[in-house]
Amino acid sequence: MAGPARLTRDEVVHVAALARLELTEEELDLFTVQLAKVLDHAADVSFLDLAGVPMTSHALAMTNVLRPDEVQPCLDRDEVLAQAPSVEDHRFRVPRILGEAP
Amino acid sequence: MSAPRPSIELAQAVRSGARAAVDVVGEHLAAIEAGDGAVHAFNLVTAEQARDQAAAVDRMVAEGGDPGPLAGVPIALKDNLCTRGVPTTCSSRILEGWLPPYDATVVTRLRRAGAVVVGKTNMDEFAMGSSTEGSAFGPTHNPHDTSRVPGGSSGGSAAAVAAGFAPLALGSDTGGSIRQPAALCGVVGMKPTYGTVSRYGLVAFASSLDQIGPLATTVADAALLFDVIGGHDPADSTSLNRPSPRVLSVLDDGVAGLAVGVLTEFLEGAAPDVVARVREAAEACAAAGATVQEVSVPVVHLGLSAYYLISPGEASSNLARYDGVRYGLRVDAEDTVAMNTATRSAGFGAEVKRRIMLGTYVLSAGYMDAYYNQALRVRTKTIEGFDAAYACCDVLLGPTSPTTAFPLGSKTGDPLAMYQSDVCTIPSNLAGHPAISIPFGPGDDGLPVGVQVLGPALSEGTLFRVAAVVEAAAPPLLPLGSAGEVRS
Amino acid sequence: MKPGWEMVVGLEVHCELKTASKLFCGCRNMFGDEPNTNVCPVCLGLPGSLPVLNARAVEMAMAIGTALLCEIRPSTFHRKNYFYPDQAKDYQISQYDEPINVNGHLDLPDGTRVGIERAHMEEDTGKTTHAGASGRIHGADYSLVDYNRSGVPLVEIVSRPDMRSSAQARAYATELRAVLVASGASDGKMEEGSMRVDANVSVRRSTADPFGTRCEIKNLNSVRSLGRAVDYEADRQIELIESGDQVVQQTRHWDEDAGRTVALRSKEEAYDYRYFLEPDLVPLVPDAEWTNAVAAAMGPMPAARRARLIELLGDAGGRAESQADQVATVVDLGLDDLVTTAVAAGVTSALALARTANEAATDADAARRLDPDSYVSLLTMEASGSLTATQAKAVLADLLAAGGGDPAAIAAAKGFEAMSEDSLATAVAEVVAAHPDEWGRYRDGEDKLAGFLTGAVMKATRGQADAKAVGAELRRLRG
Repeated sequence: MAGPARLTRDEVVHVAALARLELTEEELDLFTVQLAKVLDHAADVSFLDLAGVPMTSHALAMTNVLRPDEVQPCLDRDEVLAQAPSVEDHRFRVPRILGEAP
Repeated sequence: MSAPRPSIELAQAVRSGARAAVDVVGEHLAAIEAGDGAVHAFNLVTAEQARDQAAAVDRMVAEGGDPGPLAGVPIALKDNLCTRGVPTTCSSRILEGWLPPYDATVVTRLRRAGAVVVGKTNMDEFAMGSSTEGSAFGPTHNPHDTSRVPGGSSGGSAAAVAAGFAPLALGSDTGGSIRQPAALCGVVGMKPTYGTVSRYGLVAFASSLDQIGPLATTVADAALLFDVIGGHDPADSTSLNRPSPRVLSVLDDGVAGLAVGVLTEFLEGAAPDVVARVREAAEACAAAGATVQEVSVPVVHLGLSAYYLISPGEASSNLARYDGVRYGLRVDAEDTVAMNTATRSAGFGAEVKRRIMLGTYVLSAGYMDAYYNQALRVRTKTIEGFDAAYACCDVLLGPTSPTTAFPLGSKTGDPLAMYQSDVCTIPSNLAGHPAISIPFGPGDDGLPVGVQVLGPALSEGTLFRVAAVVEAAAPPLLPLGSAGEVRS
Repeated sequence: MKPGWEMVVGLEVHCELKTASKLFCGCRNMFGDEPNTNVCPVCLGLPGSLPVLNARAVEMAMAIGTALLCEIRPSTFHRKNYFYPDQAKDYQISQYDEPINVNGHLDLPDGTRVGIERAHMEEDTGKTTHAGASGRIHGADYSLVDYNRSGVPLVEIVSRPDMRSSAQARAYATELRAVLVASGASDGKMEEGSMRVDANVSVRRSTADPFGTRCEIKNLNSVRSLGRAVDYEADRQIELIESGDQVVQQTRHWDEDAGRTVALRSKEEAYDYRYFLEPDLVPLVPDAEWTNAVAAAMGPMPAARRARLIELLGDAGGRAESQADQVATVVDLGLDDLVTTAVAAGVTSALALARTANEAATDADAARRLDPDSYVSLLTMEASGSLTATQAKAVLADLLAAGGGDPAAIAAAKGFEAMSEDSLATAVAEVVAAHPDEWGRYRDGEDKLAGFLTGAVMKATRGQADAKAVGAELRRLRG
């Protein structure tokens, strides 16, 4: 199975934006090189023919872990808001939101 | 002959009233004060709370009560374990000063067992690293040679135990982060079967790999600590709903009749003196009645690559919540997106950023199948590979780390070289299997070497039995600070 | 809708489940509480927190699946990764390629069958309020977030694009709401946001053509808005295509005041959700015993209850459409048992239906708790003439307000008795004498003044007169 092409600087820029990270020009250059190296090394995985091998997401398989529908004590609001960077009217204040939620 | 158990004996002395917990904690706080300047094992020493906890233990004893199996024993907690009202930073600027409003489940269990928390230990930021140099608050120094790394990411916890600041510590292990620093610092460190210790309150790095585990000076102490923290937790959906293995009681059962497999692939990349120690440990098992053979598990060669696809993927998602909205650092900006970006860019260190971007990339559209999903298939193969090995062996033996502790700064310029530190530890995380590192004498440079015992899921009983035998045969480590003399 | 064109509509409905606690934590699931008082490490996304699935939420999701005739399957949870302030973890735990319910359908009253592609579980977000003149997101200076709603259980129901008109879309939304309420999973309060509808609309020239490019419309706060928005959007797309332009696939916002859909002017962020299996949860595999128990515990659905009521009522005085409306109201409010009990006791169908759909419906909560025997006894009193319609309505109002009681006792306490023929005639005569102009006009043929005169008699007798008898007396006097 063929793996994907080498990681480009543009892709790193795109991925940084997706992850809400802003990098300096130097960081972009450095990270592009470093990440490409890691991915090259990981190519030994991506190039393997593992067709038919199931994926394992949980090493120890379990099912149906549930809890009863019972109300439990909540956190004290003051304790929670004391840790918030900005509070108004008992709510978390954030700067203007430009886009609608997806 | 029974395995040495200083913490257990200490707890018994406190429970019986023979020793006062406040005296015990006082001694350890004094040691920390005198010695941590050079080591920097701690991000925070909780001296006042520790004295209060110790006093409460003594009061209970005086009133005829039983404070529990860890009564009065000082313990250090890795700074990614939530402690209510006590800063939990993950050694990151983005959580500097954050006070959790709740305790991790393991912390609650420790308190109930009477343990006394002396402080929060330094770590690689968000547990990403193998040397603790990734901490935003400066590295921890290896107590055996302060020019060297303690390993990581639980470097602070391993150093605290090695330096005598606390006889017990908790760390977390995602790719080797308990075992590798334990090996480099000459202490015992163990990663349990995935799901035996609750992750509730452990700040997540890679959810399907993370486990909390014990660090101690001896195998028996680590066993007790595991017994105390292990067990089902309804607050963690990945917590196994069956009895956690009880290991202290079987510790001295010996290894007669057990089959030990020396994992050849792990020996291949290891330094000659490390290999020598592993072979000596294998001989000790044989002398104690185990059968020893060489075993090949070729799939472990893929472990590093698979790990560096799965763990950053999960981490990139787990660390998205650090956005400056609800807690932690905020760097203000005109709009929320800019604020998120400025906050995360200022708050995360380089390694964390690298892994977040790597993880975002391997999960992204078009690449997920080639990278992340492939790694999940490698995980399946890893489990199969181990299963085949465990058809003929009860446990596997190998190095914990390919080398002894390396000098500070020697690998920070080359992330890939740093990742190689974990080749022997990663496969157990992928498979969800338990593994333990036991100090087995010095290497040629006088620095500690760790020998690793690996077992299948829920085989902790067997694991600890073998570990006890290995420990009994281990050559003594050099006194702290004298490794430098050996090299020169 | 322009001739020569066909609209294609699919609806996505988010339904809040009325569990006591949230989907992944034990915080109270309650609308309207003080902000940030129902929060915990899990629904705030605090470091170290972990989700644990609510068993009752699973049951309600299965009930919805059963009600919509879906196949209930083993399912898994995935993370949908995106940054937004109301998303506490900056990812949402949802279901992706292995949802719990698939391949169902909902039949509309007009007989159209709308396919249900899936109905999956996911967690709700917090609520943002925007500080600025309009309270709308655009132009706001800053925003405030309340996480009480964060983590509330949702089921997202995705229909197939089987609707072909705004009427069908409205009918689907109405019927789905009734089904969700009947299944026990939801309180159906669109005004509280417990049921939210998004519409996907496209157009094409004929059924033979493939589907056109669709747009998603959000911010539909009522069934009426849904209808208006769908019609507007279809027309907008037709106009675009006819003028040589292309429909751009996008999300649009319904502006209720302006009566149009608007493209969201924000930077069009290409969302890459990077769905991957949620490592903190394990698969959900309900066994046959559980799914059967859920199905067995569910009562009949609205369509079945309407059919049963119509069959029972028979030919209740023609006017099929208004009867159909009344039947729908009665079933929708869960008052059909009152009607069936009354009819079984001998009350006429028309009376039982009218009193329930018109009067009992005004306080449906109280009506549902009413003892059916008292209700029957009241209606019997009215049917036999011992109470006038007005009196009966007054007694019913008291019954509802008090949460029960003895209709006969209430009527007596109010001094209600039917008026004698003589007293009635006297009352009418007095009113006639008091209003010579109106009486003159009525006597000369202005029938509609009967209403005025009857009203005056009702007022003078404080409602004791029977309106029908008054009308008859007036006509008799007129000759």
